[in-house]
Amino acid sequence: MTTFKTNDFRKGLKVQIDGEPYLMVAMNFVKPGKGNAFYKCRLKNLIRNTVIDRTYKGGDSLEGADVEEIDCQYLYRQADAFVFMDAATFEQYELTADQVDENWKYLKDGISCSMVLFNEQPITLTPPNHVELKVEYCEPGAKGDTATNVTKLAKVETGAEFVVPSFINIGDVIKIDSRTGDYVERVRS
Amino acid sequence: MGPDGADTERPNDEPARKPRDRRVRPFADWRVVQERANLLRELRHFFDSSRFVEIETPLLSHNTVVDRHLDPLAVTLYPNPTSPHEGPTLWLQTSPEFAMKRALCHYSRSIYQITRGFRAGESGRLHNPEFTILEWYQTPATYDDGMELVERLVDSLLDRPPTQRIRYADAFDEHLGIDPHRATIAQLKACAAATGYEAPDFDADQNGWLDWLLSECIQPHLGCGPPVILCDYPASQAALAKISPGPPPVAERFELYVDGIELANGYHELDDPVQLLDRAAAENKLRAIDGKFTLPETSWLADAMADGLPPSAGVALGVDRLLMVRLGLNSIDDVLTFPISRA
Repeated sequence: MTTFKTNDFRKGLKVQIDGEPYLMVAMNFVKPGKGNAFYKCRLKNLIRNTVIDRTYKGGDSLEGADVEEIDCQYLYRQADAFVFMDAATFEQYELTADQVDENWKYLKDGISCSMVLFNEQPITLTPPNHVELKVEYCEPGAKGDTATNVTKLAKVETGAEFVVPSFINIGDVIKIDSRTGDYVERVRS
Repeated sequence: MGPDGADTERPNDEPARKPRDRRVRPFADWRVVQERANLLRELRHFFDSSRFVEIETPLLSHNTVVDRHLDPLAVTLYPNPTSPHEGPTLWLQTSPEFAMKRALCHYSRSIYQITRGFRAGESGRLHNPEFTILEWYQTPATYDDGMELVERLVDSLLDRPPTQRIRYADAFDEHLGIDPHRATIAQLKACAAATGYEAPDFDADQNGWLDWLLSECIQPHLGCGPPVILCDYPASQAALAKISPGPPPVAERFELYVDGIELANGYHELDDPVQLLDRAAAENKLRAIDGKFTLPETSWLADAMADGLPPSAGVALGVDRLLMVRLGLNSIDDVLTFPISRA
């Protein structure tokens, strides 16, 4: 594994601290004319998305993190595990329900996601920004009602429920913004 | 006419050009380029009219300042272009200090120089590996004379209230309630942890912690109103300044801060060649502990000092930073035509 000395520190570097991968999002070099150099780093934990500030002095070092982003395809759910396949190598990866978190709502069969691997183990999953989902159940819409300010809940193919306008019907395909969970538009009726 | 006698047709629209790398262009605005020219003129006028003589010394030298935390760039002066890595090593100067002091020993006159300094590995908001340095030596001069000249210079260049002098120990007492000359490493570390700043979790020696506390907790406040001359540094940070016996012994060394930025560093110059050699050896030992290459300990400066260095005060000032402060700019890149990323 690569070791980065303070001279190598720069924005964008991926490093390990206490066994977890971090992305260096900012680095500030501080040095008195005569005296020790300090490297003030802002680091984002790539698993938990938390941000920490750390200061290192000249000559310190950090282990590089073997972090890779891959494109993968959702295959199926098996009890508590979600199974994905690397689109390039066909390697299969399992994520726990905890790791998938709220993203289960968008995991329809075969959907392409991006996955971050740390030491070849999946750590995070990101579905596409917009996901098209088929409505499996909702209360029927009032005829001719095209207003978008009247809303209701619709259950989609993944089993998740989203707030949609009242004109949406069973069998419609709707587009949801996976970053917010908001309804975007009706794709097909 | 084309080779076949027909008109070579040029399309009306420009041929599709590759998008130009933005690093091609200078970084500094034209206004800043003009302001730099003005500043250089004013600096020369100040020293010329204070009866200093502008001098030139080599950028490339067999000797270099030996400092644990200053890394000079090595240059191979190869005699034979077919083996460019063989030949004597010369050093791009981190400051013109050694050569200027040799000149001072010989001429015994007040001299100044505006030149370039090179420091490997220094890159950031306030650092560029190559920078413009103003360095002067005033003789005959006391410690106090050295600070007084800085005050006069600041007065003539910056529109600020009169410069304040603050002792290193008083700054630590005021901001941190700790005595920097007597505190133990454990006390300094505890002080760092209690600051509420993101305290580093590394292990450092006495000077390491003092540097961190100064840079993080004190320096940002220095010179935000009136400019500040911080003086009487710890004896262990004397570099090439005289040490006054105390107690506690302190280095006759001072630094100028404006808007929290370190602009200049000055000494009542050490004139004892034996101490010069001792300090170089001590710094080299620390460099070795840090895993760094060591630097030549003996120097022509030590020889020159054996014949006598006149009582003098010497100051080095970062011209790029001074320009930043004058123009209220945030980064050293803003005042450089081509910062290192574009050099």
